[in-house]
Amino acid sequence: MPRPRRSGPRAPWYGKGMLLGLKVTAVEFLRTVFPHRGGLKILKPNPTAGAVTVQYPREKESPTPRARGVIALHEGNCTACMLCARSCPDWCIYIEGHKEQAPPRRPGGKPRQVNALDRFDIDYALCMYCGICVEVCPFEALFWTPEYEYSEPRIADLLHDKSRLGEWMETVPPFEAYEPGSEMKVPKVPPT
Amino acid sequence: MTSAVLAFEMAYWQQSVLRSVGVLAAVLLPAGTIVYLFLFKMMSFMQSRLGPNEAGPYGSLQLLAEVGKWIQKEDIFPAKADRKLFAMAPYIVVASVLLVYVAVPFGPDAWFARLDTGIFYVLAVSSISAIGVLIAGWASANKYSLIGGLRAAGQLIAYELPMVLAVVGVVVQAGSLDLFEIVRMQAEGEIFGLSWFGNPFILTQMVGFVIFMIATQAELTQPPFDMPVAESELVTGYMTEYSGIRFLLFFIAEFASAGAFGIIAATLFLGGYWLPGLDMHADYMNVVGPLVLLGKMLFVTFIIFWVRFTYPRFREDQLQKFAWTLLIPLALVNILATMVLKVAF
Repeated sequence: MPRPRRSGPRAPWYGKGMLLGLKVTAVEFLRTVFPHRGGLKILKPNPTAGAVTVQYPREKESPTPRARGVIALHEGNCTACMLCARSCPDWCIYIEGHKEQAPPRRPGGKPRQVNALDRFDIDYALCMYCGICVEVCPFEALFWTPEYEYSEPRIADLLHDKSRLGEWMETVPPFEAYEPGSEMKVPKVPPT
Repeated sequence: MTSAVLAFEMAYWQQSVLRSVGVLAAVLLPAGTIVYLFLFKMMSFMQSRLGPNEAGPYGSLQLLAEVGKWIQKEDIFPAKADRKLFAMAPYIVVASVLLVYVAVPFGPDAWFARLDTGIFYVLAVSSISAIGVLIAGWASANKYSLIGGLRAAGQLIAYELPMVLAVVGVVVQAGSLDLFEIVRMQAEGEIFGLSWFGNPFILTQMVGFVIFMIATQAELTQPPFDMPVAESELVTGYMTEYSGIRFLLFFIAEFASAGAFGIIAATLFLGGYWLPGLDMHADYMNVVGPLVLLGKMLFVTFIIFWVRFTYPRFREDQLQKFAWTLLIPLALVNILATMVLKVAF
């Protein structure tokens, strides 16, 4: 039975797509090796300029402001309430504290009792960067920062203590307004 | 090479050692070149990235670094593996590649062994690797390995046939199974009364060349014919349980056999070690010939790897159907046409 002849645009000839595929890879190859168009430069291979990848150790890619790089601790805000440690899915936050007498807020008042922080460690060998601790902190003590260069030769060195976590505070980017429609969230503003 | 060596009086064992070293060099150098040029660099550029660029100038020592890494790794045997077979399989695969190089003519006197039925020998030993692959898949005691090994065996058998049939066209036209004779016929032949560029069989055996290249792609289990090592479903097929030096052997075999088939294709279809303007019987061809052959091999492997990096993989049934219903009938028609034309002219 003869097939009904197809009307409209003609069907591509057999193997056209195969050749097109070869052309795509070849063109991409040439575009990478010879990135400069026109002029004499076209014969000078320069794949470093042609490749779209960022050559990491030589040039750093700047992460987005809300990238989850490392968690910074603002020690003055922490009350050792343990909410972050208890909500951590893999228990990588270690907190120890003790109660202290603090001077009264106004003259003549009663001396206050505050929680002083002895130890606040985050074990980044365990941390899975879920951000629950940052979400759950009621006192604005934990912040995400986009820094990511803190790998260590020894796994034990990935345990950041509170002074190291405090140093990360300098890298916390200023708060950027949320997208429209997400106003219900309470913005976390880094303390000045 | 060998004849120059033979000019010195040498004991048999000395010759044998020299030939072994020569074959190893002839296998490893092209394989390393292919891996660096095509697998590392060309693939990276086709994907708009740089590829290895730290080890050595332009990353050219990357392969040595990788080899060092693989040698350090633990040689793991699965608990239920058939240890002897498991240990042996990669050596069988590599041996089949090494044996292919033995019969290749690199120059008028540069050869490791001169065989009257060279191409028959080459096709025969190159299919030994199917046995090695099957052994590897079976001995691993792993279902992925077994399925990969069976797929590889099925594929190698399916594509061995069109490859042999494509070669038969060349053999009919050259009138000889001897690879030297095939090269000579291309160098001294003429086409349409023109003789200055000889008659490389790619001109008259274009169909055979295309079939041979497709079958080569499948024999090498390169994409789009890499169903046996389909990593999304079979991990890496028959190589799943291998690590360290044995995985390295599989790796070497894969790319050395790409070089081997490149050399065979260059010898059968592109004029072998001969180029227009060169005297194919002169002594200098023993030095120039291997270089010419290497260049032609790089051209052929370039096509193989270009195709590899372009196409997605076939489904298993498509792959078998393609061989049995398209390539084999086409190759048979090609043989028939060649024979008719051979008798007619």
